[in-house]
Amino acid sequence: MTTVTGQQQAAGPAPAEERGPKTPLQRLLGAQAVQILGVLLILVVLFSIAETDAFLSVNNFRNIVVNVSILAIIGVSMTFVIVTGGIDLSVGSVLVFSGVVAAKTMESLGGEGVGVALVGALVAIVAGVLWGLFNGVLIAKAKVPPLIVTLGTLGMALGGAQIITGGIDVRGAPAVLTDNIGFGRLFGQIPYLSLIALVVVVLGAVLLHRTRFGRYTYAVGSNDEAARRAGVKVDRHLILVYTLAGFCAGLAGILNLAFFASTTIAGQSNTALNVIAGVVIGGTSLFGGIGTIAGTVVGLFIPAVLQNGFVIMGVQPFWQQVVVGAFLIAAVYVDQVRRAAAARGASTRRPLSSRFSRPAGARRKEAQ
Amino acid sequence: MTPALEARGLRREFGHVRALDGVDFEVDPGEVVALIGDNGAGKSTLVKALSGSLAVDSGELLSDGKPVTIDSPAAARALGIETVYQDLALAPHLDPVQNMYLGREVMKSGLLGRLGFMDHAVMKEHTRTAFTDLGATVRDFAAPVGSMSGGQRQQIAVARAAAWASRVIFLDEPTAALGVVQTRNVLDLIRRVRDRGIAVVLISHSMPHVIEVADRIQVLRLGRRVATYDAKKTSMEELVGAMTGAISQEAA
Repeated sequence: MTTVTGQQQAAGPAPAEERGPKTPLQRLLGAQAVQILGVLLILVVLFSIAETDAFLSVNNFRNIVVNVSILAIIGVSMTFVIVTGGIDLSVGSVLVFSGVVAAKTMESLGGEGVGVALVGALVAIVAGVLWGLFNGVLIAKAKVPPLIVTLGTLGMALGGAQIITGGIDVRGAPAVLTDNIGFGRLFGQIPYLSLIALVVVVLGAVLLHRTRFGRYTYAVGSNDEAARRAGVKVDRHLILVYTLAGFCAGLAGILNLAFFASTTIAGQSNTALNVIAGVVIGGTSLFGGIGTIAGTVVGLFIPAVLQNGFVIMGVQPFWQQVVVGAFLIAAVYVDQVRRAAAARGASTRRPLSSRFSRPAGARRKEAQ
Repeated sequence: MTPALEARGLRREFGHVRALDGVDFEVDPGEVVALIGDNGAGKSTLVKALSGSLAVDSGELLSDGKPVTIDSPAAARALGIETVYQDLALAPHLDPVQNMYLGREVMKSGLLGRLGFMDHAVMKEHTRTAFTDLGATVRDFAAPVGSMSGGQRQQIAVARAAAWASRVIFLDEPTAALGVVQTRNVLDLIRRVRDRGIAVVLISHSMPHVIEVADRIQVLRLGRRVATYDAKKTSMEELVGAMTGAISQEAA
């Protein structure tokens, strides 16, 4: 105990020891999800003032919600993946692949019946689950980094979809799908598409925040070695999380088909990145261990509201991409500052470099 | 008294290096045994072998006088043996309660439990009791462990081990990164765990701490136990002598 290391210095003053527990309200206000909700509300108020008639209407809000719905389904599972400290780039391609095999299956079965639509939905989900399982096994068992595995399956699933279709979109879907799920509304007001998304969001939030499965998701992302030593089956858990991502992408695939009545092969190249942006803006840390489903939903609404607002205001919609990009960087910056503050409060001994290699400057900053 | 855990003639080689060269070891219930030795003496290897993280080439283990095999951390856990690693093995983003019960969550009864819902109230209550019993100074049970001081995290790791151990706790360098006050807390914690009748095995480089808290001190050198001292009757000079090979008690 004669040598003074950085750790001792960090542990020495120990401001945390003197601080009392935070109240639940302090905790809530400190959450990035709540702060980003404030930003979203400000955006809505600004657009409402600027374009009261066009923006502030039930129809327009319904539009925004529908636009977010499919992304939100993928966003739920992406939150799980990123909380484990992973990433899934393949979801857009898996969505397309699932839509394609479902469309082909329904086409060959023929007819417009409910049975055909159900088979199509099942096929899409099974296809998604299989891609997810493939990702998960490679990541957990073969220890290939998630970025690489899902970059690989991004190409494989998209290529597979193009091989099956010859690169030409399958158009049309059973009317029972497009009319009810794609454009149907409950009581003529609430789109079924958004209702399904809402169900997925609620189930996802319960799973992540209330169950042991969710607890293990955080534990694996926070310190996988600690989780392993505590008896958590880390590999199995990762496989399940990526399979969940595949499931959601498959579900999104059949909904996408119902909404666009087309397999949109060329239209999903940015889906994964848009979802990841939403998840990260919503306060989920790319380094794992932190994140909420509510944050993800808010994070996905910000790009959608900006897009919608800019179009209505007559601003070139390209500006949306610029602003969303800035939001994304700001969100990660805030996350970094928090992590650095946490590291100052008490040093985490597990080197962050084990997860991502980052510029030495960032690490030095955290070590201070 | 029958030792809570006893090892006889453990051997383990890594290539040509003999990490454990027929080492003996025993710890009684309600006793703090310190394991000391220079770097490379085999302290960590011995603890790994006794806690199921490392297989030995030969030798036998007895728990309460009965032969046992400890070939995995789970097997050690089943025997009531817990280990506090030097890196603590806490999940920094989880709170103390969540860390305490990680991998051992209490589920709700009935259908909800089978669906994966946990009984938060019970876990929080038990954690509070466990911390109070040990006099741990952790007050905030809802803040992430990563935001707490090194001393508090050490207390959480020790309290977790104490809550689950029924026989033996291994502590690997528990005071290495702590300040004066925090070290005091952890040493007090060790005494309280011992007073419950649990055997505590302490690895430390800090001689003053070892002499202060241990009942017996076993000195390892080159993968062998070279001396055992009563902590009340030994001195720093004697311990250092045994560690460096200047003094040898047991026949080589």
